[in-house]
Amino acid sequence: MVMTEFWHWWVIILTSISIIGCFWIITINLTNYTHVGEGESMGHEFDGIEELNNPLPKWWTYMFYFILVWSIGYLIIMPGMGNWEGLSGWKSSHQGIVSLDESRTLSAKSIAEGEFVQLDQEIKRADEIYGPLFKSMADKPILDLAYSDGLCFEKNGEVYAETACVEDADGKRPQGMLEIEPFKVGQRLFLQNCALCHGSDARGSTGFPDLTDSDWLYGGTPEKIKETLMHGRVATGMAAWGPALGGEQGVKEVAQYVLKLAGRKVNDKMAEAGKAKFALCAACHGANGKGGVANGLATGAPNLTDNIWLYGGSTHKVEESIRNGRAGVMPAWKDVLGEDKVHVISSYVYRISHPNK
Amino acid sequence: MTTTTIAHPEYNYKVVKQFALTTVFWGLIGMTVGVLIAAQLIWPALNFETPWLTFSRLRPLHTNAVIFAFGTSALFATSYYVVQRTCKVKLISDKVAAFTFWGWQAVIVSAVITLPMGLTTSKEYAELEWPIDILITIVWLAYAYVFIGTVAIRKTSHIYVANWFYAGFIITVAVLHLVNSAAIPVTLFKSYSIYSGAVDAMVQWWYGHNAVGFLLTAGFLGMMYYFVPKQAERPVYSYRLSVVHFWALISLYIWAGPHHLHYTALPDWTQSLGMVMSVILFIPSWGGMINGIMTLSGAWHKLRTDPILRFLIVSLSFYGMSTFEGPMMAIKSVNALSHYTDWTIGHVHSGALGWVAMVSIGALYHVIPRLYGKTEMADIKLINTHFWLHTVGVVLYIVAMWISGVMQGLMWRAVNSDGTLTYSFVQSLEASYPFYFVRFLGGVFVVAGMLVMVYNVVKTVRESKQVSAA
Repeated sequence: MVMTEFWHWWVIILTSISIIGCFWIITINLTNYTHVGEGESMGHEFDGIEELNNPLPKWWTYMFYFILVWSIGYLIIMPGMGNWEGLSGWKSSHQGIVSLDESRTLSAKSIAEGEFVQLDQEIKRADEIYGPLFKSMADKPILDLAYSDGLCFEKNGEVYAETACVEDADGKRPQGMLEIEPFKVGQRLFLQNCALCHGSDARGSTGFPDLTDSDWLYGGTPEKIKETLMHGRVATGMAAWGPALGGEQGVKEVAQYVLKLAGRKVNDKMAEAGKAKFALCAACHGANGKGGVANGLATGAPNLTDNIWLYGGSTHKVEESIRNGRAGVMPAWKDVLGEDKVHVISSYVYRISHPNK
Repeated sequence: MTTTTIAHPEYNYKVVKQFALTTVFWGLIGMTVGVLIAAQLIWPALNFETPWLTFSRLRPLHTNAVIFAFGTSALFATSYYVVQRTCKVKLISDKVAAFTFWGWQAVIVSAVITLPMGLTTSKEYAELEWPIDILITIVWLAYAYVFIGTVAIRKTSHIYVANWFYAGFIITVAVLHLVNSAAIPVTLFKSYSIYSGAVDAMVQWWYGHNAVGFLLTAGFLGMMYYFVPKQAERPVYSYRLSVVHFWALISLYIWAGPHHLHYTALPDWTQSLGMVMSVILFIPSWGGMINGIMTLSGAWHKLRTDPILRFLIVSLSFYGMSTFEGPMMAIKSVNALSHYTDWTIGHVHSGALGWVAMVSIGALYHVIPRLYGKTEMADIKLINTHFWLHTVGVVLYIVAMWISGVMQGLMWRAVNSDGTLTYSFVQSLEASYPFYFVRFLGGVFVVAGMLVMVYNVVKTVRESKQVSAA
């Protein structure tokens, strides 16, 4: 995407006027064009203030010229003058991109052809250095990775290759051997990418599940955790059941029944009335209310009997969930982080919910 | 030359008095709000769970109060004072001048009410909603009429350099405000910018940086060009230097905005061009500093006895420091470290508290007694107290922000041997707390200085009233 010819020249001409104007004004002021001698009063007086006709400080003048010359050089080498791309060919990233697909296509092309696109070059370099580390980790089953004591790598030319962890005579890793702990790598990735919603301690908050407990909406096996991270989850959707339950009375009754399932003290009469209406809920939560996972339903519906509440467990909050519905979304990370990193984070999440092997 | 300046009966000092006193008042308010929000960053409970007192609403109140209530009132006061005295003529219209005073106070009061209510366009330094923007436009055109009209009817052959800078600032701010605030109103309190995406961002920072370049720099250079030679009783160092740096400064500043948008969706060419112009800008900026400081040639000994001159000269030193720091931070590779960190906040405050506030305070201490028919403030020693409180406050503030800013920049970019980032954002925040406290302390010093000033001003005005009553 380039500017039209008009704007291209607009930028060049205005830039040139500014820079050449600076050259001009400093140059004419180097000579004493006034009618008074150097260092004398200009002869005006304003409320008692006079002005001297001192020359421009020399060091300041040289600095001005130097910076102006530098600026011209910079604008020849780098982009700046309208559509002129600069002799260096440098770009921060591809310009004027309007879609992710276009960006990916161009990045692949620029990396293949070695163009001077800074972002692409940096990503390429990072992939070259760190790619093998993550590839090694991703090749191991999540369970092994989760409890791994550490992996060792040695440089094979420019790239790292996994090797056996050995110690030298002093009981240290030999020079040049890189040791990484997958659990800590996973933790750092989690803190950078996941902690925003699930918290630094992964204990979640209202609407964002606690990942350290044993309650899973979509399953807590290594495979299921990775699946959730890779592709994200869009809750089938807890509909707003208020109207279908016959209004506020129905909502209150069902809430009492749901709280009873969780083993809470409730109004038995209302809970009894709610039980009849719970049939509507059973489609997703199961007739026993134990949720999607326990009943083999791929609904992501929470277990209502464990007294763990995603959106709050007070009577008021449970009624609110039933009355207005809830909709949770977990984003897909496959395209953001790539499968290798997702694999490592999955092992971290698995381990914090299963601290002991 | 004599320091005694008898109030000229023909000049309109009423509007100057009004603006001078409100400058002191709004300065105290704006800086106090600044200290409160600095405290909130350490002790978040200080928002008292009240929406009107949250950081997000008080921060724009702080910036608007110090820039548009304190700083701009100082410019109104001094420009009206300087233009009359250097053109040897009364303001072209007392009525329009009075309108600019009451109109501007109405703008400020509207800001004080609407910003805590959460009414905002979300454009930094241009948060006020469209009805207030229209009022600003009208008041500003009236200001331009009074100032430029007065220059036009001057009784001197030339236009003094201070008035070039004041006029440049007034004209450019009008253009900036009109272009950036262009919006489509939806309701009385809600409008949408007519620009979108990267263009909106570019227009915003073209405005934003020139609010700094013209309002907070050119305007205050006008102030400097009158009060430094006047207080030092020395001629301006170099007429030719003022010609070069005036034209270079105003033609380069207008390009500098893109450096606020380095490494964003702004096209590369715009970023580079903004960086180049920002770097060149270093030279004309220093031209102003040199001309101000060299004006003191032969009068350096006065710094030992005159605290007003100390305010003025230290303000020029901070100006020189900020205008060196700014172009450095505009260089893309430096910006990659400094952007989004507290370094930026430190830079702004070395300009705002060091340069703008100190030159204004110095000018006010010069002007206020003269407006009330006196030769000096009621208590000279308290000016010195204010000077030290302020200077210590500014130094604490900017040093704290430099350290925390560079630390944040380094923490954010630290990478482990496995390629993952070493620190999470929260860790960098945790590490910043000690510096937030030092910054808060610096703010307390500055506000304490303003309280001393208020006391001194009240005393000066009272004494003059007693004299005139007797």
